[in-house]
Amino acid sequence: MGKTPVTLTLNKAERAGFTDPGENLLNFLRRGLGDLSPKYGCGQGTCGACTVLIDGEPQLSCLVLAETVSGKTVNTTGGLADGAQLHALQTAFMDGFAAQCGYCTPGMLMAAKALLDRNPRPSRDEIAEAISGNLCRCTGYAPIIDAILAATGQQVQG
Amino acid sequence: MAFTIETYATTAEAARAMGADARFLAGGTLVMRDVNAGDQSFTRIIRSTDPALTAIRGTGDGISVGACVTLHQIVANPDLAFLAPVARQVGGPQVRNMGTVGGNLFAPHPYGDFTVALLAIGAKVTTAQGQKPVDDFLRDRDRSGLVTEILIPRPRDPGSFGWHKVSRTKPKGASVMSIAAYLPREGGRIRNVRIAFGAMGGHPLRATGAERALEGQSLDASTIARAAAVTLEGLSPPTDPLASEWYRREVAAVHLTRLLTRMERS
Amino acid sequence: MIEFRKDLFADERDDTLNEVGKPTRRQDILGHVTGRSPYFDDHLFDGLLHMRAVRSPHHHARIRRIDTAEAERMPGVVRVLTGKDVPQNLNTLLSLLDFGIDDEPLLSTDKVAYRGEPVACVIAATELQARDAVAKVRVDYEELPAVFDVEEALKPGAPTVNPVYPKNAFVYHGRYDHQKLRFGDVDAALAQADHVVEGRYQMSPIEQAPMETCGAIAAPEQNDRYVCYTSTQALFFSLGTAAKMLKMGSNRLHFIGGTVGGGFGGKVDSLHEPMAILGASLTGRPCKFAWDREEEMQVGAPRGAERWYLTDGVMNDGRIVARKFTGYFDSGAYTRLSSYAIIKGVGHLPGPYTIPNVHADVYCVFTNRTPATAMRGFGITGVDFAIEAHMDKVAEVVGMNPIDLRILNAYRDGDMKAHRRLAKNTALIECCQVAAQKAGWSIAPSSQAAASMKDGGGARAALPAHTVTDQKGLVEGFDSGSYAKKAGASAPPSPSSAQPNRPTPTPTPGQAAPAPAQARPAPQTAASSPDQPRNKPNRFSSLSGFRRR
Ligand SMILES: Cc1cc2nc3c(=O)[nH]c(=O)nc-3n(C[C@H](O)[C@H](O)[C@H](O)COP(=O)(O)OP(=O)(O)OC[C@H]3O[C@@H](n4cnc5c(N)ncnc54)[C@H](O)[C@@H]3O)c2cc1C
Repeated sequence: MGKTPVTLTLNKAERAGFTDPGENLLNFLRRGLGDLSPKYGCGQGTCGACTVLIDGEPQLSCLVLAETVSGKTVNTTGGLADGAQLHALQTAFMDGFAAQCGYCTPGMLMAAKALLDRNPRPSRDEIAEAISGNLCRCTGYAPIIDAILAATGQQVQG
Repeated sequence: MAFTIETYATTAEAARAMGADARFLAGGTLVMRDVNAGDQSFTRIIRSTDPALTAIRGTGDGISVGACVTLHQIVANPDLAFLAPVARQVGGPQVRNMGTVGGNLFAPHPYGDFTVALLAIGAKVTTAQGQKPVDDFLRDRDRSGLVTEILIPRPRDPGSFGWHKVSRTKPKGASVMSIAAYLPREGGRIRNVRIAFGAMGGHPLRATGAERALEGQSLDASTIARAAAVTLEGLSPPTDPLASEWYRREVAAVHLTRLLTRMERS
Repeated sequence: MIEFRKDLFADERDDTLNEVGKPTRRQDILGHVTGRSPYFDDHLFDGLLHMRAVRSPHHHARIRRIDTAEAERMPGVVRVLTGKDVPQNLNTLLSLLDFGIDDEPLLSTDKVAYRGEPVACVIAATELQARDAVAKVRVDYEELPAVFDVEEALKPGAPTVNPVYPKNAFVYHGRYDHQKLRFGDVDAALAQADHVVEGRYQMSPIEQAPMETCGAIAAPEQNDRYVCYTSTQALFFSLGTAAKMLKMGSNRLHFIGGTVGGGFGGKVDSLHEPMAILGASLTGRPCKFAWDREEEMQVGAPRGAERWYLTDGVMNDGRIVARKFTGYFDSGAYTRLSSYAIIKGVGHLPGPYTIPNVHADVYCVFTNRTPATAMRGFGITGVDFAIEAHMDKVAEVVGMNPIDLRILNAYRDGDMKAHRRLAKNTALIECCQVAAQKAGWSIAPSSQAAASMKDGGGARAALPAHTVTDQKGLVEGFDSGSYAKKAGASAPPSPSSAQPNRPTPTPTPGQAAPAPAQARPAPQTAASSPDQPRNKPNRFSSLSGFRRR
């Protein structure tokens, strides 16, 4: 079984690697390209921990066949900060205790970023909808929603 | 399995490549689950880059939707506004960005919400063998080969189409059941009614009893009560981790009543 | 919002603390938001091999034969492990604390006792290749009758789930087929009570469902050591277990953990480290053994099911004078932590109430279900649900406001608890008062006036004048001494070969007639400081039971 070459733009950098037939994008990003920020939680699309942005849209990297992203742009939490400068979502998550074990966080951040990129001042309900494909077992979601609100500069009622 | 991936430029080539050892890869939200789990029942993955598969275009009295159009594209398309509430309730945002209308036609229980709507609206499915109504397609979808497009009739009155999904988790959650109702009216009477249920059988099914009770009637509380009384006719709800057969039988009429009452009032 | 009620808990907090009560950043949060926190799977190794378990499709079956020949020839396969590759293929987690007998193999050889029990493990170059090879391992099973209900499992003639405990019940202290709590004379008190209220309560298993599934990566290190990155919640349990099952000095094991993608109890008794290290030691290459989500749900040890029967003796004024429990913990096929959950649960009985006569028989039962383990509120959650549901039932029977009933029976500082320690730092009364106030629920003036620091102790600090004991459920052939010593041999100890125990001495004849059960005096109206108890309390060791102080 031959390996297939894949080239893509990952977090602003041109990257290339070889994928095994049937390999999903999550594995390819992690083991092939060494971006360990997307997480495996289920391999079934249910948990959202592997969420990455493909051409700006949040998708489940565990359900994407790796070779289908050739020529596309992929963004992960590994590239969310601009050098040492954290993204507003990252700071808000840190200040708002929006993570406990942290395993869902990279996926949450990508789902939240996709929302803010097209809707800079979302309502609470819109935020809940945007992260509905991402499970968290520690926080009970409220601190996450608050942090996303805070990242947009909106008042968090408390 | 050691998979081989075959990518074709045209739907015709992709259709010819299909076979018992192959799966067509659309959004992949179901195919890739099986790949990840080491499914031993297929070895070839068929893809097609044919732009026809992702096109949406008007056809006079209807809309042609390419089989690989995503549910997110449906939500975003003003021409399909009456189906937006349905598409918006399939999975979470990621699933809608990936999952397709064509894939939804094949989704096993409890999935297939969008197909429930297609069944109620009377859509047609195009395969290499030609066009058939969704009803016929569902009866032997395992042998259908490649689906290329879905033809969706445009309801004259968007208010004649209604949608109701019952799930335990909100906003995202698989269906305990879903219901789509199409109640075109002529002179105040319901003509050519179609009611479809999801998660109430192996694939989306029509509620034949309720349809009979509504046909030719005006939509009012007593008609709704008569339809509700025979809700289960034509359905065969299963037991799964979301709900038991018993529960589904108990609540089906309640949910049908809620949907029809909402449609009566609007 | 957390409100700290100085009026109720004046001495509970040192106000010079300068972290508590103020927002702070978690120390690990920067790693979380940048995706750099190093979970076990976030370590890259060249040439990493992937391990997948071959699991039983049956709930209970004898293994006739395991044929790995075809799997071994599959592409990418490096090796297929079976039970004979495991140096010490029998273990119980708490043997590390000298509690319980080894009863669970890493890879089963003779029998499987739950669906999903591992019987072999494939090591291959990719995960998909490992999965393909798993499908080619042929296991010849002879299905056996299975038992899924705790009470069915204890009936004579039920199939033996776990051969170490042929009667399907864990043996406590080498002596009894259940854990006993005896405090006062429950039967006499029930006979004198105005009402006897009975109830049956049960709880299904609950999966912890952490976001990260259980897993470990092991790799050969220099100096004949192995490094092991693991998702464990209990690094030293995991280290000890791996050292024991692999018969390897623990100084050869370099365990790295602490960054866990959620555990909630489900990652305390992990067995993936010994599997991964075994793979690494037999192939000389880095090996990863991690569960997928389906395995996490199917074989990941949940909070076990529980069933409780409660009988309360209540007076017309609402005083509960006796409480009797029969409890069953569904341990699944093996012991894991259920035995200990019961010790902890029984220490908690009869809940946060002062009841003068308490009796409990609690069984740790083996069934053909997934082995159970810890979860938040370990050992307490199920019975607390039963107790509080029962309190409401009692309130209904005596026609009392359920909050008044709770305050009337609440423990207070200085009261003797059934496990023979004096209660301190109690706050149930204040919790009830605040809850009632917030819910707009009116309570009696006497409840309003009650306080945890008032009216406890005194006669309420006394041990019962007489405690009825019995020999019910006496089991012979289990050594009450060191469990671990017995388990040193690789075969499970055969109960018949062990020394039978002498029963504990029965009460002296002169004392045979028990003193009439006494109702605990109602809280005194005058405030009093807790008196010294008349009888010295026993010291309770969570593992070995009671000892005289
Ligand atoms: C977390 C999660 C939540 C979900 N929630 C819902 C939900 O709420 N409601 C719901 O209805 N579904 C749900 N689904 C199921 C699924 O995502 C949708 O049904 C989706 O529409 C399937 O489309 P797909 O393109 O991803 O299918 P794929 O996985 O690509 O394909 C599914 C099946 O259809 C076949 N197929 C696909 N396209 C064609 C074609 N053009 N011709 C012939 N065969 C084809 C494939 O071979 C395969 O057998 C969920 C899935 C996940 C992972």
